[in-house]
Amino acid sequence: MSRRSRLSRWVLAGYCVYLILPLYWLLTLALRSNADIAGVFELVPSNPTLANFAEILTNPVWYQGFVNSISYVLLNTLISVSVALPAAYVFSRYRFLGDRQLFFWLLTNRMAPPAVFLLPFFQLYSSIGLFDTPLAVALAHCLFTVPLSVWILEGFMSGVPTEIDDMARIDGHSFWFFFTRIFLPINRSAIGVTVFFCFMFSWVELLLARTLTGSEAKPIVVVMTRTVSASGMDWGVLAAAGVFTVLPGILVVWFVRQHLVKGFALGRV
Amino acid sequence: MAQNKTQDNRAWLGVLPVMLIVAFSGVIPLMTVVNYSVQDILDFNTRFFVGFEWYRETLTDPRFIDAFLRQLGFSAAVLAIEIPLGIVIARGMPTQGLRASLLLVLLATPLLIPWNVVGTIWQIYARSDIGLLGVTLNEMGFAFNYTAEPLHAWLTLLAMDIWHWTSLVALLAFAGLTSVPAACYQAAELDGASKWQVFRHVELPRLKGVLVIAVLLRLMDSFMIYTEPFVLTGGGPGNTTTFLSQYLATMAVGQFDLGPAAAFSVIYFLFILLFSWLFYASVMRSEEGS
Repeated sequence: MSRRSRLSRWVLAGYCVYLILPLYWLLTLALRSNADIAGVFELVPSNPTLANFAEILTNPVWYQGFVNSISYVLLNTLISVSVALPAAYVFSRYRFLGDRQLFFWLLTNRMAPPAVFLLPFFQLYSSIGLFDTPLAVALAHCLFTVPLSVWILEGFMSGVPTEIDDMARIDGHSFWFFFTRIFLPINRSAIGVTVFFCFMFSWVELLLARTLTGSEAKPIVVVMTRTVSASGMDWGVLAAAGVFTVLPGILVVWFVRQHLVKGFALGRV
Repeated sequence: MAQNKTQDNRAWLGVLPVMLIVAFSGVIPLMTVVNYSVQDILDFNTRFFVGFEWYRETLTDPRFIDAFLRQLGFSAAVLAIEIPLGIVIARGMPTQGLRASLLLVLLATPLLIPWNVVGTIWQIYARSDIGLLGVTLNEMGFAFNYTAEPLHAWLTLLAMDIWHWTSLVALLAFAGLTSVPAACYQAAELDGASKWQVFRHVELPRLKGVLVIAVLLRLMDSFMIYTEPFVLTGGGPGNTTTFLSQYLATMAVGQFDLGPAAAFSVIYFLFILLFSWLFYASVMRSEEGS
């Protein structure tokens, strides 16, 4: 291919090194004890230890944080995709009163700065008794992930010809059968991409997750910030926790990598 | 939304669940903010209507203006570096094979790391006592210390943002490039076009759509940046890396100045609304054009 010029390949290689170095450093610090980190500077750990990882897997504060994070991310993804599917379908198939305005209004929510919602969210979820539960964080994140899901799914579904709908009707299938057995399987990759972006938004967010949780539903990212201030700087354990938070992302990317490029090509991100 | 669509207002039933959930988590809080922004709240029982007083105060507050200007500078720098870099990286990407898959995963990885972990990664990478980058720079004779020197703090933040987000631009541009038909390259080759001409006249026009999106997304997201600087520099040294979101969070949660913080939020939100409209209009135009 002619587009892969020598310059751009060198830049790509350089950028990969630039990407990997901080991650490598995170991993080496995670493999060293605290005294070791403070004592000597070394590029490759000479006394590697798994104690930091063991600390995270055995200390309930740490692993409970993981469970909390995973549960609100899954909850959020489930809610977002299931309410966005019918909405995206009707946006892609029908014209109705106020459709364009509604679509734009949805989109503005995806762009809203979380900091703006900090205060009212806290009061809203406290007043309905959801404060400090994974559900509160999941619902709060829905503000961003639901519009995003509609936006992505609508982009994909618009590319599916309406003749398919008509044919199913002529064949005498009920709408429910058509939607679940024919239409959704066609849009598999769209759903994959949507799950990726819901995960991406909900997993990485800190500000709202921190504001809406106390001690019970504290997510892993918050455990990380609080441990730093409480017991001084425990760099090794912090780095080990960091390694654990990077892994789910890599796993998700690996599974949707084929569909990812398609999603990006639509520009719906 | 370019297909021939049937008119049917029953379609509202399909969007109802989305409406309800977004209204609950979007409209109610936003109304609360608007409500606070026109009142002086002494405690939860004593409050006065003050009209646009808080808005006037916010817009003339020198700290708000400083944070706003810093924000503009940061966003401009981020765009100026990440967009060209992302395009070049995308042009270097292989399209098939295991290497292409691994590169995709590597590029997408920073996008899925929790934002405070990104801050932590760069903290332990750039610190001048235990960080690979910090120690290396100091060994080479630069007195690098991002916690004390504003310039160093800025450069570290920029380096971090490039690390975190250039992939998004690169992936968008890469996806755009995959839609360029091979025949176009062959035709350009037959015409004896230079590499630059191929880029300028064959690739760039087809990348326009995704690039507009990349620019607007990076603009908006960098405009809302909060967590990474919060972890890395805490807004310091001094206030030199305090951006809009952080200033707002300090006002709302730190000092509990409800009225001014709410007015600030509304102004902030209006800016973002303007960006969103630009974003929406340009996506719709490019889809109707194709």
